Amino acid sequence: MIYQGKQKIWSEYQKEIPDDHWFYVRSCIRQNFFPASEKMFLEICRNVLGKDFYETEHHTTCGGIAYHCDTIPQETVMTIVARQFALMTEAGYSNYVASCITSFGNYIEILETWKEFPELETRIRELLWKACRREFRKPDYVAHASDLIYKYRNEIAARAKYRLVNRHTGEPLRVVEHIGCHYSKMFPSKGVGGAEYPYVLCGMIESWGGNVIDYPERRHCCGYGFRQYHVKANRGYSISNTHKKFESMEPYQPDMIITNCPGCPYFLDRWQYAISEMEGKTYSKDGYGIPVFTYEEVASLVLGYDPWDIGLQLHQVAVEPLLDKIGIEYDPARKYEGIDRKSLSRPELPGILKCC
Amino acid sequence: MDFGFSISRSSTVNLDSVALENFTKLQALEPDALKCISCGSCTATCPAGKFSGMSLRKVIHNLQRGREKEAVEMLQGCMLCGKCSMVCPRAINTRHLIMSIHKIYGEEAR
Repeated sequence: MIYQGKQKIWSEYQKEIPDDHWFYVRSCIRQNFFPASEKMFLEICRNVLGKDFYETEHHTTCGGIAYHCDTIPQETVMTIVARQFALMTEAGYSNYVASCITSFGNYIEILETWKEFPELETRIRELLWKACRREFRKPDYVAHASDLIYKYRNEIAARAKYRLVNRHTGEPLRVVEHIGCHYSKMFPSKGVGGAEYPYVLCGMIESWGGNVIDYPERRHCCGYGFRQYHVKANRGYSISNTHKKFESMEPYQPDMIITNCPGCPYFLDRWQYAISEMEGKTYSKDGYGIPVFTYEEVASLVLGYDPWDIGLQLHQVAVEPLLDKIGIEYDPARKYEGIDRKSLSRPELPGILKCC
Repeated sequence: MDFGFSISRSSTVNLDSVALENFTKLQALEPDALKCISCGSCTATCPAGKFSGMSLRKVIHNLQRGREKEAVEMLQGCMLCGKCSMVCPRAINTRHLIMSIHKIYGEEAR
């Protein structure tokens, strides 16, 4: 009886994700931080798995970044979002997938608000019509891009060239999964596994051969927190949060971190450099730090794409020790060359954190 | 390197590494110490709290977490007026509890 009860509760946190025909919207910042992630998402979904994904150049920011920095009111964000839904409607799609966790949280928050306050939705429809003569249908389904990679994880595993296994020992890699706060902490039923046991990245890690690490501050924020970072006076809060997470995960000696948010991989990656300069400390025995990846980068790696073609040279923490551990082939001489073989120029090396 | 900001230390308390002998003594002397539900009624009515930051709720938390020095320092603000005893929904004799805390922690922590 108890088992059935638990099964029932768990079923409430599972999502019936549609398989195909998606309207894809990009993040404002991911293309700067991890430039190949979104490209690889479309490459994998369209060309490897043969799914229908549509995107339009008319898409803009969802406004979430300004909303969470307290610089614009929610009605403004709602009108921006209404325009995105209008683009989806005009393109003939009804499944909406966001690359950004904050956008995903933003869309869910707005749709739930409209459900509770239909008069607000009417007002936003009027505002949108006045602003740009557009109308929209609400999406049948809103997903985050990691939900889809989670859904396709076994298909990716079936085509995988590499697995998340240490080739020297044969042991699964020890992987930390970090979920963006706006994925399921605001509306737990909208994320796979809810807020306390989100399964979206764990599912990928398990399918691709890794072992998920549990540690005390696993559900802690990465430290970005919008106002914590964007307001310079608060920046110490940001790095303190990241520091707390790393101190907590360090004893478990993770091989890598996988994230599904635009800000998390950036801060978990870049703050390792800042912490090393401030404290003289790195979080791996070899002094290279713990490499941080987006889920698209990891999917691309296991599928056998060239590490430099998926933009891993833009990471602060060197990825080469992990590539060697998995056995992924790469050409060290090509690290700072773009896809067109144009030189990206070599960065200055940090003082404490080792780099390849 | 100075980036213009710094790392604040975590306020996480590792209860496995906290020595709670004094708190065990306090419980023996004042079993009511375990009845507190941290509702904060004592703090809300405390006239000293308005200007000295005194909070009995925080004092009890600090003692449970081994932060004896902070707890006793905060207790210096208490004027023993007894208002907290009157409002406590768990009927804890808070005035007596404060005296016992002084008795057990006073010498060591100061």
